[in-house]
Amino acid sequence: MTFNYDEYIRPGKLPHIWCPGCAHGIVMKSIIRAIDRVGLEKDKTVIVSGIGCASRMPGYVDFNTLHTTHGRSLAFATGVKMADPELNVIAVAGDGDALAIGGNHFIHTCRRNIDITMIVFNNNIYGMTGGQFSPTTPHGRLASTTPYGNPDYAFDVVELSIGAGASYVSRSTAYHAIPLERQIADGIAHKGFSVIDALCTCPTTYGRRNKLGNATEMLMWFKDNTVGVKAAEKMPPEKLEGKILTGVFKKEEKPEYCDEYAKIIERVSAKG
Amino acid sequence: MAEKVRQEETEVAQYEERKIVILPRHCKGCEICVLLCPASVLEMKDFKAHVARIEDCTECMLCEIRCPDFAIEVYQSGKKGKAK
Repeated sequence: MTFNYDEYIRPGKLPHIWCPGCAHGIVMKSIIRAIDRVGLEKDKTVIVSGIGCASRMPGYVDFNTLHTTHGRSLAFATGVKMADPELNVIAVAGDGDALAIGGNHFIHTCRRNIDITMIVFNNNIYGMTGGQFSPTTPHGRLASTTPYGNPDYAFDVVELSIGAGASYVSRSTAYHAIPLERQIADGIAHKGFSVIDALCTCPTTYGRRNKLGNATEMLMWFKDNTVGVKAAEKMPPEKLEGKILTGVFKKEEKPEYCDEYAKIIERVSAKG
Repeated sequence: MAEKVRQEETEVAQYEERKIVILPRHCKGCEICVLLCPASVLEMKDFKAHVARIEDCTECMLCEIRCPDFAIEVYQSGKKGKAK
């Protein structure tokens, strides 16, 4: 049965501003389906974003939404969650927004383990501002600010968030939209900080400059170059070379920040 | 599910109980649906997606799930078409 997105879209907002073939729309659809799957109440759900292509998403969806300053989606999301821990807070950010400008917010929110779901729209480039290289642009790739190849090595969002202490970490791609939906639903249901690395395509500023083909070819690249994390355990290392692992990398129960904070308030106020 | 009432222009293709709806105002012509369709049901027409051979549709939903622009809707009949 076809999914009715109209219920979750603000009337008259579509078509969106993203370029033809931009995979952000596919991730946005997965987020909507995941919210529907978990059954969150619209008035009890907050979507927070920063600045960038991905951060335009809250403008289209009919929840309580916040469009904030660059890189600060998690700072605002933490504030919203602390003000009312009953709310379901989802933060969306692009790769530059989450890892460069908001990099400090990102690692410290991971460490704090507050009950927020973070979806990183990872398209390897700053698309909106004209294709500058971002912290996830792979080594050697071309961008408008690295015309002779990127000398830096990319961040691995999954390893970074595991290292920083997030309690749910997963990765999927825009091609694998159904597993992505499942992971987002899982992340929303998980109590603690969840990071979902959603690999996207940017055919306009990244694909065209690096000659990666059209939007469909870029999506199909994900199909051919990703391996599920469970399947990878049984595969020899030479077969895994150059492949991207997808799936759920970490899921653990850890004390959550709002609960810990409430305990402190209770303990201190009992002393009088 | 109740039938949606649309204010905007739609292109509807129907074959028995199966129905594919395209919203030309949303479609940006990225061709993802056309190239992903395993049964070549869709084609480009005037830079927009167009349903050319609905009787071949296998109702796999690849086009609907991966359309980034909310421009295509597939209403399944439950009866599979023949894939080539």
